[in-house]
Amino acid sequence: MSKILVIAEHLGGKLNSSTARAVSAAAAIKGDAIDVLVLSDAPDAIAAEAAKIEGVSRVLTVAKPENAHPLAAVLAPQIAKAADGYSHVFAPSTTFGKDIAPRVAALLGVAQVSDVMSVEAAHTFNRPIYAGNAIITVEADANHTVVATIRTASWSAAASGANTAPVEALTIDVPLPTHTRFVELNQGSSDRPDLQSAAKVVSGGRGVGSKENFDIIYKFADKIGAAVGASRAAVDAGYCPNEMQVGQTGKIIAPELYMAIGISGAIQHLTGIKDAGTIVAINKDGEAPIFEVADFGLVGDLFKIIPELEAALG
Amino acid sequence: MKILVGYKRVVDYNVRIQVKPDGSGVVTDGVKLSANPFDDIALEEALRLREKGVAEEVIVVGIGPANLTAHLRNGLAMGANRAIHVTTEDAVQPLTAARVFLKLIEKEQPGLVILGKQAIDDDANQTGQMLAALWDRPQATFAGKVEIADGKATVTREVDAGLEVIEADLPAVITTDLRLNEPRFIKLPDIMKAKSKPIDVIEFGSLGVEAHDHLKTTHYAAPAKRSKGVMVKDAAELVAALKQKGLL
Ligand SMILES: Cc1cc2nc3c(=O)[nH]c(=O)nc-3n(C[C@H](O)[C@H](O)[C@H](O)COP(=O)(O)OP(=O)(O)OC[C@H]3O[C@@H](n4cnc5c(N)ncnc54)[C@H](O)[C@@H]3O)c2cc1C
Ligand SMILES: Cc1cc2nc3c(=O)[nH]c(=O)nc-3n(C[C@H](O)[C@H](O)[C@H](O)COP(=O)(O)OP(=O)(O)OC[C@H]3O[C@@H](n4cnc5c(N)ncnc54)[C@H](O)[C@@H]3O)c2cc1C
Repeated sequence: MSKILVIAEHLGGKLNSSTARAVSAAAAIKGDAIDVLVLSDAPDAIAAEAAKIEGVSRVLTVAKPENAHPLAAVLAPQIAKAADGYSHVFAPSTTFGKDIAPRVAALLGVAQVSDVMSVEAAHTFNRPIYAGNAIITVEADANHTVVATIRTASWSAAASGANTAPVEALTIDVPLPTHTRFVELNQGSSDRPDLQSAAKVVSGGRGVGSKENFDIIYKFADKIGAAVGASRAAVDAGYCPNEMQVGQTGKIIAPELYMAIGISGAIQHLTGIKDAGTIVAINKDGEAPIFEVADFGLVGDLFKIIPELEAALG
Repeated sequence: MKILVGYKRVVDYNVRIQVKPDGSGVVTDGVKLSANPFDDIALEEALRLREKGVAEEVIVVGIGPANLTAHLRNGLAMGANRAIHVTTEDAVQPLTAARVFLKLIEKEQPGLVILGKQAIDDDANQTGQMLAALWDRPQATFAGKVEIADGKATVTREVDAGLEVIEADLPAVITTDLRLNEPRFIKLPDIMKAKSKPIDVIEFGSLGVEAHDHLKTTHYAAPAKRSKGVMVKDAAELVAALKQKGLL
């Protein structure tokens, strides 16, 4: 029967909600056990959060000073060792999981299933290819460990609160490389909701025109309590930082409300918002492809419309 | 130092992929093929490192069918010194591609291997990480900036939280993100020059790589379509509609 190991993603001592989404995918396998593995220099608080997630059987911690930062070369050998006895190893398909999981798979000598959207059976999964223009069903060899990354936008976070899974410390003795070293993380500091888990997202594109003009997007987002995203063109032009990019090569998100402002709707952008609840498009070009997927479309100049929206909101 | 560059041919990013009605695959007959955009960026970065004097030789690697030659010539025209073509008519999964690269590394002893972070056909995002694991060397994925000095690479990585900087001893594997650079255009005279550059052809079977594919694709489906919604006439109507849905 299936035993699933879910790799916890965390930052600054806090569990990332992508972990609970990966637990949802693990639960869809209906196996015997779902264990969450926390690798950190100080795992206790993170493990305590993970222990509350519904469906989790055990939380395993590996505390080492080397685990202070998520370096794939350092974490992968520990995960590969911890994976012994598990039928599946899942990680969220975030930059954290995408970096680490293939390294684990290669150490185990197995293939990886990337971006699992849905589970058909313990070894059968659906995943997108060609920027989401086709969905394939893949069957993994049942004689080998399945390593997979979980497309977080396809799964809601498993509920948290009622569970009290036991937390156990693991001792893992594997040689850890020193050839890769963390230097620094430059985080855009923001009080806005997190783009990947926000219920509402307002995104700006090249149509916004400049970094200064982007303030109109931030202001409107703050007014409705939304996270802020952007198209690649807006990021490339320097209007906003890279972590705001939504799309095939940026973040794949599924908010309840997505507002695309001054974004044309290129296929690579649409890939990132396919699972959004309601899509709103504001664009001065009535022929823009974004209107093909928008639930509500409004043709006009964003610099005129946004103030009107704010006024209408009161 | 030598730099090995992954140079994969994929369906051009402008092509709207169609799934075959019987679910057996996607329509690839007659569609435009181009270099994976991330691989053009990988090659550009390698060429810049050579131009800076950090590297002496840039080698583009393609794993694929016999007709890959013209594609590899584009890589040579862009400026690579030579190409290696590992020939196979079969689809190559990332673990197999990584094993092939490892064989080539043993032979070529590069100081740096630069691959795309993902190929835009399968969107697997695996090969570079797998290669680094098999080679037991550093990986710096999703690179937005690369500096090479004193036998190490300092790489700024585009991660979900922002920009992460890591340091990796060489040799190492780097995978490219879109903002690393803007690839140069190929000029006509370069296409002529590329004709005389060497392409090493290696039969996949001769490498002794195990091509056991653990994954089988059993079905292809078109994604669920979003239907076109309604056009509203002004801001007030939009706000009213969103309020009615409980979204504002
Ligand atoms: C390999 C690859 C990966 C990619 N990955 C991504 C990705 O992850 N995410 C992504 O977004 N893109 C990605 N792209 C880029 C994508 O193809 C498009 O180029 C990009 O999404 C365009 O951004 P945009 O809509 O902001 O700009 P444009 O296409 O230039 O559209 C700007 C829009 O703004 C409108 N506009 C202008 N002024 C106003 C105004 N005053 N009021 C209202 N509307 C106005 C215009 O009518 C136009 O429709 C990728 C491309 C490639 C090749
Ligand atoms: C005719 C045809 C049929 C196919 N049928 C299937 C199928 O049935 N099932 C299936 O799963 N896949 C199929 N594929 C896709 C193929 O198997 C994928 O290329 C493979 O899975 C690798 O995934 P990726 O390129 O997305 O890897 P990624 O890990 O996304 O690639 C990252 C990087 O690795 C390097 N790289 C990877 N592969 C190569 C290569 N071949 N040459 C040079 N550099 C490379 C490149 O630098 C690339 O940017 C088919 C491909 C073709 C051409």
